[in-house]
Amino acid sequence: MERRTLAILALVALVLFSASALMAADKVVINALFMKQAGYSEEDTTAATREFEARNPNIQVELSFVPYEELEQKIITSAASGGYDVVLSDGPFTAKFAKGGIVKTVPDLAAADKADIFPGALDACVYNGKLYGMPWLNDCKYLFYNKAMLEKAGFNAPPKTWDELLKMGKVMKDKGIVQYPIVWSWSQAEALICDYTTIVASFGGAMVDASGKPTLSSAANKKALQFMVDSIKNGITNPKSTEYIEDNVRDAFDAGTAAFVLNWTYNYSAAKDPTGSTVVNDVVIGTIPGSGAVKSATVNGGQPLAITAGSKHPYEAWTYILYLTGKEFQKKYVQNALPIWKSLYDDPDVVKSNPDVVKAAKVQYAYIVNRPKVPYYSAFSSMLQVKIQEALLGKKSVDQALKEAQAEAEALAAKK
Amino acid sequence: MRTKAERRTGGDLSEEAYAFLLLSPAGLVVLAVVLVPLAITFVYTLMNMELLSENRGSFVGLANYASVLGSAWFWQSLGRTLYFTLSSLVLETGLGLLVALLLNGSFPGVSALRALIILPWAIPTNVSAALWKWIYHPEFGALNALLQWMGIIKECRSWLGDPSVAMNMLVLADVWKMTPLAAIFFLAALQFINKALYEAARIDGAGPFRRFWYVTMPHLVPTLLVVVVMRSMEKFKAFDIFYVMTRGGPANGTMVLTYEAYLRGFTNLDYSAAATIAYLIAFIVLALTFSYLRLLRQEDIND
Repeated sequence: MERRTLAILALVALVLFSASALMAADKVVINALFMKQAGYSEEDTTAATREFEARNPNIQVELSFVPYEELEQKIITSAASGGYDVVLSDGPFTAKFAKGGIVKTVPDLAAADKADIFPGALDACVYNGKLYGMPWLNDCKYLFYNKAMLEKAGFNAPPKTWDELLKMGKVMKDKGIVQYPIVWSWSQAEALICDYTTIVASFGGAMVDASGKPTLSSAANKKALQFMVDSIKNGITNPKSTEYIEDNVRDAFDAGTAAFVLNWTYNYSAAKDPTGSTVVNDVVIGTIPGSGAVKSATVNGGQPLAITAGSKHPYEAWTYILYLTGKEFQKKYVQNALPIWKSLYDDPDVVKSNPDVVKAAKVQYAYIVNRPKVPYYSAFSSMLQVKIQEALLGKKSVDQALKEAQAEAEALAAKK
Repeated sequence: MRTKAERRTGGDLSEEAYAFLLLSPAGLVVLAVVLVPLAITFVYTLMNMELLSENRGSFVGLANYASVLGSAWFWQSLGRTLYFTLSSLVLETGLGLLVALLLNGSFPGVSALRALIILPWAIPTNVSAALWKWIYHPEFGALNALLQWMGIIKECRSWLGDPSVAMNMLVLADVWKMTPLAAIFFLAALQFINKALYEAARIDGAGPFRRFWYVTMPHLVPTLLVVVVMRSMEKFKAFDIFYVMTRGGPANGTMVLTYEAYLRGFTNLDYSAAATIAYLIAFIVLALTFSYLRLLRQEDIND
């Protein structure tokens, strides 16, 4: 090709490029990152966003939806450039994102608003007393059980303690009602730590103390891990749990191969959906068992919306976040997830839309606990996943696994 | 006097300068997306780039290399990476050779078979990994169904739930996918062998095994080396199959170096450790390549 032709082509490209840039300039475009699974669905988020744009004609929102597993990496890699302005974060990321300069602080909320938000949900956005986002998704784990299986075994109430659950499971197993009464999400993933957090708390302990020091070799941790190991050994827990995440647990429950599961709220709507479930009439959502003085415990699965540190339009991003976390949105899409606002739980429309879940939530929310709020949480979690799995798979004793975990956690905490 | 070529370029530029000018956009792209990141990553390996650290950005010399090389997890992951590389490489080249010998024959339907064998290789790795994840599913998987139907196992079992079994299952999935590549390479080499050589060998009284060893094999050695070089490098860097199928689990049974780097960088925000692992992977692959190249050159000389 002649050089002149090349030069002309380059010029045309330049003109077109700048023209398109100019045309977009009268509107502020913000990019938002959401997840594909659980919580508010892709369709509903998109519909609500279009509505937001109609009300705020100067703001345009570009949406991306990725699997939960990719959220963190996408947030981190786009933080510096502000590739995404609004991102769906997760409770355990908050400390790390705040300290690592990944997300911005946001304006403090009015006292009345603060009082109306569930403490667990709000807590997931706070680090060192500062707010790093706004709670959006409100979730925790529940005990789901198959009523028909329990009745067949002669039980008419769900277990209140882990001991009861094990005993009921044994009866069901012996009567041949179900081969493995309970299935868990115990693969080498965050899902395992969600269950572990729940179980440790239900034995009256925690993984770190109030000052953030690891306490993994405490009595409660040992009891919790021993309970997990034993339940696999005596065949109450499905041994395949060590390769399952939440979706597999949901599938097993829906297929009728488990009497009990611990899972997030979405397990309920999935089990109630006749297209993919065989337990539509048998599923009951209840409270997670406790032990001794501890009535129950559950893990906080609340996920905030945050603004990346590099965002060039933080004002527009915050406007959008306030819209999605507002009462109007949270009420309209209550089928997807329960609101963060306490006052909405007495709203007759909200109760009517999902009576069983609202009833269960009112009880279970009282026992919500957070995963450790330490900046090194990710390293802590991935290390602990391996140690717990080593115990579950019989490669190490409970004491040995927790001793090693504690030593590694202390090293992580000491790292400057 | 101007040469014809110079006149064609039209301007005052020499042919070299003109060529350089035309290549420069591509050169810039390579510089921006390959060389610069490579250099920055190397600098990161000499600094504290842990986002959560209070001493972020400080120069630490070779401390990152020392801490990575001095840790138990690095050597464990390296061991698993080598296990994955070697076992799948041996299986792939062995099976690939057998398939190639079969497809080198002439029988009805051989060309259809040759086309069909490409299929697994044509599937992107993350798709085939997802596919195998379903095949290995502990409740609804095809492998469990097949083995039950054949009466080998009584009840569904877990394939990715035990550390050592899981790694072998990943090897199997990789072998399924990449054997076709080896087979096609070998088949191409086989087609080039002069048929007269076989006839001569037969007249000399060589049986099928001797014919394979003394006629076929020497012709296959260069291809074998190419396959081994290419595949061992790629296997050493394999990431997608681990990411999709096991994410390093269970109990770190499938934790290889690439996934280790990913985890430390993008989850733990320790970019210096991730960069250091990445550079160590690169060094190892480079060392492998050089030793293979030497082997190849020796082969050439021997020929």
